[in-house]
Amino acid sequence: MRLVLFSLCVLASLCAARQSVAADWRQFRGNDANSVAATESLPTELSGDTVAWKAPLPGRGLSGPIIVSDKVFVSASSGYSHDRLHVICIDAASGEQVWQRQFDATGRTMTHDKMCNATPTMASDGERVFAFYSSNDLICLDLSGKLQWFRGLGSEFPNASNSLGMSSSPIVIGTTVVVQVESDAEAFACGVDTVSGETKWQIERPRAANWTSPSMLPAIGDQPALALLQSSKGLTAVDPETGKIVWNFEKGASTIPSVTVSDGAIVIPSNGLTAIRSTGTAFEELWNASGMSPATSSPVVIGNTAFVMNSAGVLSAGDTKTGERLWQLRLRGSFSSTPISAGGYLYAFNEAGTAFVVKPEADKGIIVSELDLAETILCSPAAANGALYVRSDQTLFKLAKRP
Amino acid sequence: MVCRAVVWIGAVALICCVSEAFAADISDSIKILQSVQPGGVGTAAGRSAIDSLAGAGTEAILPLLKGFKGSSPLAVNWLRNAFEEVVEAERKAGKTLPAETLEAFILDRTESPVARRLAYETLRAQAPEIEARLIPDMLLDPGPEFRRDAVARLIDEAGKADDAAAATPLFRKALAGAVHEDQVKKIAEALRANGETVDIQKHFGFLAKWMIVGPFDNKEEKGFAVAYTPETEAAEGRAPNTAAEYDGQLGKIQWKPLATEDDYGVVDIGKQIENFKGSLMYASTTWTSAKDQQVEIRLGTPNAWKLWVNGKLVFEREEYHRSSAMDQYKVPVSLKPGENVILFKICQNEQTQDWAQKYQFQLRVCDSTGSAVLPGLATAKNDRQTGESR
Repeated sequence: MRLVLFSLCVLASLCAARQSVAADWRQFRGNDANSVAATESLPTELSGDTVAWKAPLPGRGLSGPIIVSDKVFVSASSGYSHDRLHVICIDAASGEQVWQRQFDATGRTMTHDKMCNATPTMASDGERVFAFYSSNDLICLDLSGKLQWFRGLGSEFPNASNSLGMSSSPIVIGTTVVVQVESDAEAFACGVDTVSGETKWQIERPRAANWTSPSMLPAIGDQPALALLQSSKGLTAVDPETGKIVWNFEKGASTIPSVTVSDGAIVIPSNGLTAIRSTGTAFEELWNASGMSPATSSPVVIGNTAFVMNSAGVLSAGDTKTGERLWQLRLRGSFSSTPISAGGYLYAFNEAGTAFVVKPEADKGIIVSELDLAETILCSPAAANGALYVRSDQTLFKLAKRP
Repeated sequence: MVCRAVVWIGAVALICCVSEAFAADISDSIKILQSVQPGGVGTAAGRSAIDSLAGAGTEAILPLLKGFKGSSPLAVNWLRNAFEEVVEAERKAGKTLPAETLEAFILDRTESPVARRLAYETLRAQAPEIEARLIPDMLLDPGPEFRRDAVARLIDEAGKADDAAAATPLFRKALAGAVHEDQVKKIAEALRANGETVDIQKHFGFLAKWMIVGPFDNKEEKGFAVAYTPETEAAEGRAPNTAAEYDGQLGKIQWKPLATEDDYGVVDIGKQIENFKGSLMYASTTWTSAKDQQVEIRLGTPNAWKLWVNGKLVFEREEYHRSSAMDQYKVPVSLKPGENVILFKICQNEQTQDWAQKYQFQLRVCDSTGSAVLPGLATAKNDRQTGESR
């Protein structure tokens, strides 16, 4: 009887832990870096009533929010030279600021006017948060704001910068923070230990400007998780623990929208979209959709349908089995952010601050609702616990169903 | 009675011991934070030190701020986090921060400008009135952010003046402290509109007179790595031989003078000479220093470049057409008394896009605040302090 009770307790706590992870949105494009919030039920009829709260931010940012447990974390930069680095923690329920920490950039802070130092989205392992900036400052704080470690990759590698700005968001795989720092003058990727801040591995990368973010192929069966590093040359799969290169896809890829993974298929912005599947030590090609070219937004794949946004704000849906385009839907304005998928709907924010809820059907996409937030939005949104989070340069918004 | 005295003396001695131990703990913890190294070295000790300091309360505030001075940028970030932890704990406990201590620190210009600004913003959150009281006297402060605030107040005041006669001295005063391009631009436009002369080149310390030689070959961007004669001369510690003749990309070439009258010191090779595609040029000038000094050479260019000072390669960057701006790069350099030779290599590639045709650079000498350091005995600071108009 005791054994049964114990087993039930263990099972319950494991379920709780899993639920906690599932409810978080821990990095750029979500926990699996694929823009899908499979279990979330978000409001579909957006209106002023669905704005649960608005929290003021101390600086600009293209970085999206992340959610860990009941807290929202977001980075920002401010100052004449954007050399002030902010990490802000906000209570998800109330929108009240819990704490804010500031740091001074140690690397170059120059960016294109549209970008700013706080362009990469933060990441978390559930116990710590990792903030990365265009200046290549990588900062680890615990969830209460205490500094755990600080890596000034901009000062350690002063030529690894881009005068237009750097935007690659780090991801966490196991106990490694995977970072890509790639520019014309110097380029590398590294794995940093989440606890100590020390470099586990560092590999040279193609010397060329690159604004894409690393992604991940989750562990499948006995195949361990892989970090996916994209560049103009293609896509490289590396062991996140050692940095050892597992395989190389060498047919070239975009340097702005990033690779995504859906049900084991690795969908690369390459020659339109190209899907491959890892076989462990190599890969096999699945399909290509040459007419499906994403602009700035990364592709999103749900089931057998891939979605891409072009520079004119046209959302295209394509069949992943045939590569054929299924339908197109014109949304208004330009898009820098990547839409997310939740509960069978797509949520997309244009640069002018208009949110679109789109219901994708087999032969068409339908705009279900729109909401004008009236502030510039360049970040990709986050979804957790039934709410959608998005930030402008001045404000963090929470959108949720009315209680 | 004797017994009470003994107890009292004992208590005082104990307090003194505890207090000294406490101070020693604070000092030791700050030293640990100051010794954190790049590469994540020393971070475990750093975390413990922050824990220790966070528990020390207000006693740690001033030592932490003083610890900024002379610390590395990395260490400053550790000290800042410890300071914020202490302040947050004090505020949560409903305590008021030591205003007099903080204000005295803010006004001490020998301390770190970053720490003084942190103290200022912390105190301002508690006492917003300090802004109007302290900022007007910070026009020539070593901290660029203090200067910016003081300049902004004067620009605002000048903008509200009744007429040009009243506005001009306010703009002149503002210009004396301005180190940021946007503010200088705004002030210069207003002064020029009032018929005043403004020497922006001198204000920022741009180098306007150069000797230049080229084009040398940079087809397929290969010339960046090639040491043509001007840079081998520099590497040997020799000043460029401006009388020499070289084999260039298009034939024999010699050094020629090239000056710019651009407000922001832009030397436009594409317009002033020619936009030779797949080429490179060397530009050289001398800068007379009154003493041994550390300065920053700040430059902007959309082209690949290398920079030597007195024959020493101080930085190089192989990036083409990713934008250009004033102070795009900041290179700390040491200058010796007398003549210092500056050699700049600038490379153009063969991109054909409209946005990839610029072939230009701008370069200035300044201190870490961005305030011009002028050659010879004169300094921008001296000029301003003596009230000399530009």
